[in-house]
Amino acid sequence: MINNSLKISKYCHISSDRVLVNGKPFIENINGLDNKSFLKHIYKSIEIAYSKFFKMDEISKLGFLAVEILLKDINLSVYNSEDVSIVLSNSDSTIDTDYNHQNTINDYENFFPSPSIFVYTLPNIMIGEISIRNGIKGENSFFIVEKFNAEIVVDHINSLFLTGKAEVGIGGWVNFHQEKYEAFIYLASKNGNINHSASEVNKLFNLIT
Amino acid sequence: MVFFVADNIVSSLGMSTKQNFKSLLNGNTGISVVENNDIYNEPFQASMINDNVLEEHYNLISKKYPYSNIKHTRLEKMLIVSVDEALSKTNIDITSHKTGIILSTTKGNINLLEPDKRNSFATNRVSLWKLGEVIKKFFGNPNMTIVISNACISGVLAINKAAMMIQSEKYDNVVVTGADLVSRFVVSGFMSFMSLSSDPCRPFDKERNGLSLGEAASTIILSSDPNGNSIRYRGGGSANDANHISGPSRTGEGSFIAINKALIEAGITSSDIDHISSHGTATPYNDEMESVAIDRHNLNKVPVNSIKGYLGHTLGAAGLVETSILLEEMRMNTLIKSAGFENLGVSKDISVITQTQETEITTCLKMASGFGGSNASLIISKVGNDK
Repeated sequence: MINNSLKISKYCHISSDRVLVNGKPFIENINGLDNKSFLKHIYKSIEIAYSKFFKMDEISKLGFLAVEILLKDINLSVYNSEDVSIVLSNSDSTIDTDYNHQNTINDYENFFPSPSIFVYTLPNIMIGEISIRNGIKGENSFFIVEKFNAEIVVDHINSLFLTGKAEVGIGGWVNFHQEKYEAFIYLASKNGNINHSASEVNKLFNLIT
Repeated sequence: MVFFVADNIVSSLGMSTKQNFKSLLNGNTGISVVENNDIYNEPFQASMINDNVLEEHYNLISKKYPYSNIKHTRLEKMLIVSVDEALSKTNIDITSHKTGIILSTTKGNINLLEPDKRNSFATNRVSLWKLGEVIKKFFGNPNMTIVISNACISGVLAINKAAMMIQSEKYDNVVVTGADLVSRFVVSGFMSFMSLSSDPCRPFDKERNGLSLGEAASTIILSSDPNGNSIRYRGGGSANDANHISGPSRTGEGSFIAINKALIEAGITSSDIDHISSHGTATPYNDEMESVAIDRHNLNKVPVNSIKGYLGHTLGAAGLVETSILLEEMRMNTLIKSAGFENLGVSKDISVITQTQETEITTCLKMASGFGGSNASLIISKVGNDK
């Protein structure tokens, strides 16, 4: 029988105090940096130079960095750029950036809405940023769920794979609200040792908590 | 197979697809000057739902469903009225675990962030998952509502997702509903982009100078059982331009790929398409990009329209509103002219519809594009005309 199911070969977590790669410590927030500073610290630690990073809102930075770390040493160019899908989810959409935009329009005496904030009030902008950085042109989808729900992401990527719309899936969860943030991103392809099932993905998600 | 069994549009032009379609046949636009200081401190062009009409419909419906009796927001009322009207045309049991609900929205109850509204509902009411929960509870649906928030392609993505859910046989029926408000949040944002038109928007026209916003809720019900209907889902796809977060690709790359994916899944070629419902926002860049994608697929001679000249850009509802109109065009074998269009103002030679006309329509393409470089498309056809 031909093995035609997806596997997980790599995954990455980012929380306020550490970054894990395949469940193992990669970067620790040993100096107790605040959220913004820790993201900047991660950016420096992984030694990339990408000026667009500094224009992003915090949640896009978080998702962007998680994917940077995930794709380090992975050669996606063996795939057609149209066959790489990105399927993300979260609970709070872009609520912090929504408040930032709202604060610019509360009263007409002090009215200064900015396109550079407004554009980030859509959760899929993060997918756009990741796609631009990595030249990924495949399927896009952003789901909003109360709590992480592996089934939603796994089912969607598996369906895309089974219908020939994607060969690879970058899936996960990127949430940022007030002082708490969490990112969990994984790579699903034909290679890897972990089955791409909701139960396995749930186990991986819970490694950081 | 996946069939389109019912649809609805709640907008300035009516509370059903039929009512909306009638206005389109008569060439009426729902876009007019809005003077509402709560939304914006200067007059702007938009298509707005009449409050009294909405309340009237909502009050009639709210007693029909005994499952939850909480207070609803304006947006929730729009969604409830839309889902109920679509459901009423089917025998589908919304309380069945084999009936799924998908919600498509960009900003949901975003007006609850306004300082004077913050205390009117619990804080989490602004969350999109909560909106999904409110809707499913109202209708007594046992499943978790799947919420898609992917900018202006949300509606088309949601229909594609519904088809996937039915094909996987986990669901027999999926109710796809979507809505967005014309809120201060959104109007101020688009104003800051300077992308709002000073007159009702004019998709693909030489004189176009931006989009008009519109308020709508829309619902499309898909099912594995045709329920006596004859239009079915053939394929869909999405793709990213990987180019820019707030402007489309000049080469129409993502749109081209999304159409290609839909064609492959449908098992047809572009020569089988006989009508296109474009995204057609009337911003200079969007319409130009779509003309390039249409040209790259050799669809230059295929009649194309944009519904946005009638109902404005309804954001998370747009894909549903425009697919509902497309379904009615197919049922009535009538091509609706693209409102606001006079002279071709894009670089590629495409066939924008200038006269509403009767003609046999069998296989159609719906296009959508949005912020984040996102693009999506889907193909539908009449059963018996399967190419």
